[in-house]
Amino acid sequence: MAARARFDPFLRDLSHPVKPTPLGAVVILVTLIVLALAALVPLYWMFATSLTPSAMTVRFPPELVPSDLTLDNYRAVLRQPNFWSWVRNSLIQALSVTAVVVATASMAGYALAKLPFPGSRTLFWLFILSMMLPFEAILVPLFLVVTRLGLVDTYLGLLLPLMAAPFSIFLMKQFIQTLPGELIDAARVDGASEPRIFWEVVLPLVRPGLAFLGIVTFVAQWNSFVWPLVVTRSSGMRTLQVGLVLIREQEPLFFGLQMAAAMLAAVPVIVVFFAFQRYFLRGVTVGALKG
Amino acid sequence: MSTVGAPAGVTGGEARPRAEARGRAEGRGGRRGRAPGQGGLWGVVFVAPQTLLFVAFFLVPVVIAFALAFMEVRPTRMTWVGLANFRRVLDDPLFGRALVNTSVFTAVVVVFWLGKALLIAYLLDPMSSALQTFFKSAFYLPAVTSSVIISLIWLWIFNPTFGLLNAFVGLFGVEPVAWLGNTRTALPALMAMQVVMGGGSSIVLLSAALARIPRDLYEVALIDGARRPTIFAKVVLPLIRPTLLYLVVTGTINTFQVFESVYVMTQGGPQFATTTVVYRIYQEAFQRFNLGLASAQAIVLFLITLVLAAVQFRLLGQNVEY
Repeated sequence: MAARARFDPFLRDLSHPVKPTPLGAVVILVTLIVLALAALVPLYWMFATSLTPSAMTVRFPPELVPSDLTLDNYRAVLRQPNFWSWVRNSLIQALSVTAVVVATASMAGYALAKLPFPGSRTLFWLFILSMMLPFEAILVPLFLVVTRLGLVDTYLGLLLPLMAAPFSIFLMKQFIQTLPGELIDAARVDGASEPRIFWEVVLPLVRPGLAFLGIVTFVAQWNSFVWPLVVTRSSGMRTLQVGLVLIREQEPLFFGLQMAAAMLAAVPVIVVFFAFQRYFLRGVTVGALKG
Repeated sequence: MSTVGAPAGVTGGEARPRAEARGRAEGRGGRRGRAPGQGGLWGVVFVAPQTLLFVAFFLVPVVIAFALAFMEVRPTRMTWVGLANFRRVLDDPLFGRALVNTSVFTAVVVVFWLGKALLIAYLLDPMSSALQTFFKSAFYLPAVTSSVIISLIWLWIFNPTFGLLNAFVGLFGVEPVAWLGNTRTALPALMAMQVVMGGGSSIVLLSAALARIPRDLYEVALIDGARRPTIFAKVVLPLIRPTLLYLVVTGTINTFQVFESVYVMTQGGPQFATTTVVYRIYQEAFQRFNLGLASAQAIVLFLITLVLAAVQFRLLGQNVEY
């Protein structure tokens, strides 16, 4: 029966062997809606509070839908002394780390997958092993290294340590490994240089992998907190995530202001999420699993 | 295992040994028309940028961490103190408290978060693909929002005087609670927040694993007269076990390092009720500047992480490969 994909009023996948009964489907839908609401109401609450006049936020019980809307909270955020510096620093961090990681991790992944050299296996296992070590465990000595290099409170000190990305190397190696070796061999026999093979044969074939790595790295960097907190000192060097905490420390009871700032920090990644939704929802298992 | 007969789609591990054996067999080739599979110098060049970063900002710090753990660090000099720092870590009641807090936090959060993710993925599996996409996006949204933002939102929700949660429980006649100001509720409040907001990416991974289950397996089970719980236990669970194992291991390791929410929401209080291991390390290193002690604590954290991962692989392990 080919015409099986017709519309089901209970939103079931009718071709599934163990599909629920209509009543079962209703129970499933209700459960999903309740669980989704629990996770989404807090995000809505950030949005609603950001538009609520500050006098209304210190009233109990709170209004679920603000009766009086205002943009004053956003104006107050934009008046924060270093707000635009924080935005700039977060952008610099997310964009530059993403660019460098995508470029260098794909190079390293190609080398480890297709250009074996003495010791390359050991190096690969070192990268794997390092993924087991929590970042927090090297926070102190990393800070000492950066201090010794005189890079505390500088862009280089902020960015360079974040660019070391063993997981991304692993990811790109797994992607590149699946490419047929014949293609690369053929280019070699034709006399193409390795950089050219990398640029013209390998990279175009792993474009989805590059996109995935780029998007995930951008979001992770935009959201990162611990290293920027530790390595920056002056207010003008802080990033947006650290700035949010500073705002909260200065104005602990100004909830509208806090939520407006949080909104401004959340919107870029939410936009990225919806723009590249399919990459997030595809469930890349990174070849780590044989299901 | 030979390359022949490897199931379709499982190509990852097969290419490497072949390419590598070939690479070793070939000597140096000329510039033009080189033999296939020869890496040589270019491999080193390509791997160099990441390796340099790795050495400078990972390997060197690791070595320093191990060295510092055996030293007393003063602004003017460092002195070798042997195992004194580790003894102090073990004697430190606060570190013990942090270990207990973190273990409770991790155990509860991982069980409930993974249970929630599995429930949602399983409920979504027999539903239409449009519905799946809708709910996967909905559950993923909190996962792309930074933990600082999530913490600020919940700080506001948990607010004892004006917060949303007290208004909500008030509907059921419950008196306002100082959720984060009370030693009994502070840690559970943080755990609840983590569970309620978490699960986005694990739902996607579990969904993908469920979708990979061959449908004839269900049909065979149905013909055998199996009911839904049996099918779940005998067909579904064994087949998604590698994904579950991966999520348990990575989830445990990540959760054990909980820091942001503690830093933003409770600063480890009240009365150390929410002091976690990483928060303790942060305090020791960046507030009290006891770098030696903090390094010893970090090494203990590292060892715990290793043991946790090893135990989980032992208990749940089967063909999960890198």
